[in-house]
Amino acid sequence: MRLEVDIRKTLQSGDRRFELEAAFSSQDDLTVIFGASGSGKSLTIQAIAGLVTPEQGRIVVGGKILFDSHLGINLPARKRGVGYLFQDYALFPHLTVRENIAYPLKKAWHLNLSSDGREEVDEIMASFEISHLAESYPAELSGGQRQRVALARAMIKKPSILLLDEPFSALDSMLRHRMRMELLEIRQRFAVPLVVITHDPADVEVFADTLVIFANGRVEEVCGRKKLAASEDEDGWRTKVCWRAQWKKENPTAQNFAMASGI
Amino acid sequence: MPDLTPLWLTLRIASFATAIAFVFAVAFAWLTARFAFWGRDFLDAILTLPLVMPPTVLGYYLIVVWGRNGWLGSWLNAHFGISLMFTWQGAVLAATVVSFPLLFKSARAAFEGVSIEYEQAARILGDNEIAVFFRITLPLAARGLLAGTMLAFARAMGDFGATLMVAGNIEGKTQTAAMAVFDAVQAGDYALANTLVAIMSVVCVTILVMTNKLANRGRAGR
Repeated sequence: MRLEVDIRKTLQSGDRRFELEAAFSSQDDLTVIFGASGSGKSLTIQAIAGLVTPEQGRIVVGGKILFDSHLGINLPARKRGVGYLFQDYALFPHLTVRENIAYPLKKAWHLNLSSDGREEVDEIMASFEISHLAESYPAELSGGQRQRVALARAMIKKPSILLLDEPFSALDSMLRHRMRMELLEIRQRFAVPLVVITHDPADVEVFADTLVIFANGRVEEVCGRKKLAASEDEDGWRTKVCWRAQWKKENPTAQNFAMASGI
Repeated sequence: MPDLTPLWLTLRIASFATAIAFVFAVAFAWLTARFAFWGRDFLDAILTLPLVMPPTVLGYYLIVVWGRNGWLGSWLNAHFGISLMFTWQGAVLAATVVSFPLLFKSARAAFEGVSIEYEQAARILGDNEIAVFFRITLPLAARGLLAGTMLAFARAMGDFGATLMVAGNIEGKTQTAAMAVFDAVQAGDYALANTLVAIMSVVCVTILVMTNKLANRGRAGR
């Protein structure tokens, strides 16, 4: 699975101006976009999903051109065939768990789902172990349950890629670990490539085959599988890369100081 | 038994007025809640104006626009040979305008309360814009819309000034309950006045209590 992103986008609100200039590609099925908040990583996956339109550039997922400013291609979000997990899941509060999961299968003007559709919903609920929650509303669920429902809803149409926006930040640390393992298992079961954006180095440890580091709206570093594999002997290498990037971003003066004093 | 014709007329006028106001209010509320465009604040102010202007002034504006020699009124008269002045349809027009801002304001707040993340999620899950509106935005804003609709209905029922200017006070034709109360008091018919006042009060209190209930449940609910 090849993911290719090369986009520019400027956001302006009042005096504040943010420029995103993101270019990276990934051959791997597990890609982590790492960066502090405000580094432009959320904007980047929103652009992949079609929620924001870049000023110029190109987005290709598995050979399918989703956006290309030169060719004048800009597929609407509904036709991109990507799955997206929102940071707080965006489960529709007026619908039950079953209705939420069935949402993408149901035609807008039909009252009921086809029998095939019903079967599909039952199957995916069983595989996510949420069948017993079918008639509950999202407000009645725990954090982990919500995430499972959101994943089931995102996966039911078999997306070509699953984008996850800080997937574990809403969970407590015990649950976080378990959901990471569950997500890896889902990736295996559905054979879907993942793009995870995070500011948590632990996610990098678990998910990064390709690691893309963002800082100030730019891609600072891309490490592919080869480079990561070569440094496997070095324990926790990926984590160190992340810490370093974060430290540089948060302490630009410290960095200058370190350079000036020859450390 | 006092003559309750004005009451039925009032209910009919208020129902039509609320229905028309609903369609326009929802459209404009969605537009102003979801899109930032040049002149949005100005548009909002214009649409809210009937809330603060004296009803007679509103009635005067309506005559200027819809009267026999008005901008739209003369066109209606020339092409269809009809005029809204001094008809119950004219009363509907007046009631629509006075109740519109209440619905518009509630609807805008209701739409703004719907997180755009739900709409984005629906788009990614395959919905086009129309489906997003009817499957996500409208149901999630429903409570606020319903509360606004009831307020607007109560306001439409109670209008006096604008309706009087546009539709007059013709017994059995355009005389609403509010005007009948005025006439009854003028004529010293307190039995009729008391009956009408009691019924109107009960209806309005019921509507307000229900509106409050809706609003409270909206805050606590899912």
